[in-house]
Amino acid sequence: MIDKKTEIKSEASADKHLSKSEAEPQNDFSGGINLASTRSRTKIVTKDVNMFYGEQQALINISLEILQNEVTALIGPSGCGKSTYLRLFNRMNDLVDGVTIQGQIWIDGKDIYHKDTDVVDLRKKVGMIFQKSNPFPKSIYENVAYGPRVNGENSAEKLDEIVERCLRKAALWDEVKDRLKISAYSLSGGQQQRLCIARALAVDPDVLLMDEPCSALDPIATQKIEDLIKELKHDYTIVIVTHNMQQAARVSDKTAFMWLGKMIEFNETKKIFTSPDQKMTEDYITGRFG
Amino acid sequence: MRKLFKTGEIYLWFTGAVLGLIILMVAGLLFIVSLNGVGVFWPSNLAEVKYSDGRVLLGEIKEEEEIPQSALPEKYRDETQKRFQMKIGNRDVYGSDFRWVSTYELNELYYPDDAICIERREFGNLYGRLAGIKDNGVFIAQGGSAITTFKTLLDKSNEVFDRKYQLEKNEIGKINYDIEQQRLRIKKLKFYGQDDPVTVLSIEKTIADLENKYKVLQGEVDELNVKTSSLSVVVTLADGSQKEIELSKAIRFYQPNGMNVFEKTKYYSVKVHEFLFDDPRESNTEGGVFPAIFGTVMMVLLMTVFVVPFGVMAALYLREYAKQGLMVRLTRIAVNNLAGVPSIVFGIFGLGFFVYACGGTIDALFYPDRLPTPTWGTGGILWASLTLSLLTVPVVIVATEEALAAVPRGARDASLALGATKWQTTWRVVLPASTPGILTGVILAMARGAGEVAPLMITGVVKLAPNLPLDTSFPFFHLDRKFMHLGFHIYDVGFQSPNVEAAKPMVFMTALLLILIVLMLNLTAIIIRARLRKKYKGSAF
Repeated sequence: MIDKKTEIKSEASADKHLSKSEAEPQNDFSGGINLASTRSRTKIVTKDVNMFYGEQQALINISLEILQNEVTALIGPSGCGKSTYLRLFNRMNDLVDGVTIQGQIWIDGKDIYHKDTDVVDLRKKVGMIFQKSNPFPKSIYENVAYGPRVNGENSAEKLDEIVERCLRKAALWDEVKDRLKISAYSLSGGQQQRLCIARALAVDPDVLLMDEPCSALDPIATQKIEDLIKELKHDYTIVIVTHNMQQAARVSDKTAFMWLGKMIEFNETKKIFTSPDQKMTEDYITGRFG
Repeated sequence: MRKLFKTGEIYLWFTGAVLGLIILMVAGLLFIVSLNGVGVFWPSNLAEVKYSDGRVLLGEIKEEEEIPQSALPEKYRDETQKRFQMKIGNRDVYGSDFRWVSTYELNELYYPDDAICIERREFGNLYGRLAGIKDNGVFIAQGGSAITTFKTLLDKSNEVFDRKYQLEKNEIGKINYDIEQQRLRIKKLKFYGQDDPVTVLSIEKTIADLENKYKVLQGEVDELNVKTSSLSVVVTLADGSQKEIELSKAIRFYQPNGMNVFEKTKYYSVKVHEFLFDDPRESNTEGGVFPAIFGTVMMVLLMTVFVVPFGVMAALYLREYAKQGLMVRLTRIAVNNLAGVPSIVFGIFGLGFFVYACGGTIDALFYPDRLPTPTWGTGGILWASLTLSLLTVPVVIVATEEALAAVPRGARDASLALGATKWQTTWRVVLPASTPGILTGVILAMARGAGEVAPLMITGVVKLAPNLPLDTSFPFFHLDRKFMHLGFHIYDVGFQSPNVEAAKPMVFMTALLLILIVLMLNLTAIIIRARLRKKYKGSAF
C-alpha cells in the first residue's frame, strides 16, 4: 500500500535548475488548477488538502505555496496539525493506519499523491529532520553513508567524499573528523541533531522538512542549528515546524499560522510578527492563547 | 493490621515471599544435584566390618541411617542402632554391589591401610588387599613391593590398551566404514544395472585392499593383546579367599585409607577427566559421557541453526508485513498454543513427518539401492534437531515479535525518510536493533531444547552410538547418524540400567553436567547479547 513499484520518470534532477530558475512547474495531473498564477520560484503547492485520522479530521482545506530557497515556518498550538501537515510532503503519513488524504500536493509540479509516484524516490528528494535526534546505532560515518548505501552507492571513495561534504555542510566536520568510526551515540544532543541533518543531506534532497528540530536542545545547540538553517537555505527549500516563535521569527522568511487543522494566516514572517491580518494570529503571537 | 492491608504493604510481602520460595526451590534443586554429583568421584575410605559370626566385608560406606525401633530385634529395643549401605564391589564374586549392614550385628569396624580398590574394565570395582603379581602363573612380586610393580605394569598395560582402543575404534572403524561404502557402491551399480565387470572388479579390488589393511591392523591388535595377557593380579578378598584377574582388565587402583587430601584430589581430577572425555563402559554406568556431551551440544547448535531463521522470518512477517487483523491474531494464538503441546507429540510428529515422510522420500529418491535398509528414513541427529526446532520455534517467534515491537518508531522513520525501502529498513535498522531481544528467545529455546528428552527418544537418540555424528570420514558431518544425549543418558542410566544402585551417582553427575552445559551455552549467548546491548546503549530513539 505504501511502496508503489511503478517508477515515475525522475526528471527531478534534470528539471531542477530549469524549474528553479525560469520554467513554470510542469504538471501533468494539475486537474484544472490555475498554474499560471503560481510564480516561477514555487517549489511546493498544496491545494485544498483535507486529512482524516479515521473519522476525525486533522487538516481542513489547506492551500499553501512554498517558495524555493526560502525557509517557511509552521507555527501554532499543539495539536493544530502542523507536524501532520509537514509529514504530508514526504508521505510519512502513509505509514499510519486509517489515514485518508484529499486534495493535491505538487512538488516541482508533480503530484506526489498520484498513483504513479514512487514514494521511495519522493523521500530521497524530500529529506526530513525529526524532533528527537534519531541517529542509527552505527558509527558517525555509517550514519551519513546510510542513505547513499541503501541507494546502491558502494564505492568507498565516493562515500568518503559524500560523508565529508555532508558533515561540512552540517557544520559538524571539524568536531568529528578524527572520530568518524565511533558510535553516533557518543555525540552530544546538538551534535546528534546536526548528524541527522548531515544524514538527510547525503541523499541529495531539494527540500528539507524539519519537525521541531531544536525542541530537545539547549540554547547554544539551538543557535548552531539556526545558523545552519540560514546557511542551508541557499541550497535547499526548508519547511520548519516550531513551537518557538522567536525561532520562527529569527530563521524564517514566511510563516504560516495554523489552528485546529486550519490555516489561519500565511504571510511574510515580518508581517506576521509585526502586523498580522488576523486577530487570532496576533493573539497567539502575543501569548493571549495557545 | 488494618493499616497493613490498607497501605497494600502486605501484598508486597506476599510477592516477595513467593519469589523467595521459588528461589529457594531452585537453589535447593541445584544444591541437591551438586551435592550428590560433585562427591561422586571423591575416593571414599574403605571400611572393613567384622560380623559377630565371623563374616568380614570390605567396601565403601555409602549411606548411613538410624534403624527405626520397629525394625529392631527385641534385644536391641530402646537402643540407637544404625545401618550402613556398603558398596562391597566384586560383582563377579558376590553377585551384587551393595549390602546393608546393621551395627548390632557387628563386632568391629575399622579402616585398614592396605585395603586396595582396583577399577576394572568389567564387573565394577574390586576391593581387597593386594597379594601379588603373577606372570604366566608365577609370582614376580609379592607383599610390599607388589604395589610398585603393579603400578609400573599397569601404566604399561594402559598404554597398550589405549593404543589398541585407538586402533580398533578409529583406524579399524574407518576401514570398516570405507568397506561398507564400497559395498554400497557395488549394490548401487547393480541396482541401476551399470555393474559392468571392470568397474565392479576394481571396486572389489579396493575392498580387498582395505581388507588386507584391516588384517594388518587386526594383527597389530592381537599382538598387543598377547603383550599383556600373561600378567595377572592376585587380590586377597575380605573373607580371605584369593581372586586372580588379568592385569589388562584393570584400569587403575588406589588405597584410599592411606591417601592424603592432595592425592585424593589428584585421583578426583583423573576421574573427572575420564568422565568428561572418555567413552562409557559397562552399559553406561561407568567411564565417561563424552559422546553424550558431544551429541547434546551438536544437537542444540543444529537446532539453533534451524530455529533462528525460521522463527525470525515468521515473526518478521507477522509483525512487520502482515495486515494486523483477525487472521494475524489467530495465528499468534496458534503459535502460542504450539508451545503448550506436549513434547512427546512433537516427537511423534517428527517421527511421522521428518523420519518417515521426509527421510523415507529421500531414501526412495536417492538411495533406492540400499532399501529396505533405511539411510535417512530412520532416526538421526538431523531429524531430532528439526523436531526440536519445531518445538522451540514458538519461543523464538514470541521473543522476536516483542523485540521488533520494541524498536522505536524513530528508527524506522529515519530510515524510511532517507528513501530506504521497507525491506532495507527492516534488514539494516530494525533487525540489528532487535538482535538482543532475538537472542533472549534463542537462549530460552536452547535451554528448552537441551533439556528435552521425550521427542528425542523416537527421533534419533540411542543408548550407545558407535560413532560420533562428526568425524574424519567424508563428508565429516554425518547428520543421518544416531547420537547420544545427556538427558536420555540420565533416563537410561537411572532407570534402564541393570545395576541402578551402582549407576545412581552417574545420574547426579550427568544431571549436573547437563545443567552446566546449558548454563555455558546460555552464558555464551548472554555475553553476546550484553555486547550488542552495549553497542545500542544510549539509543535516543
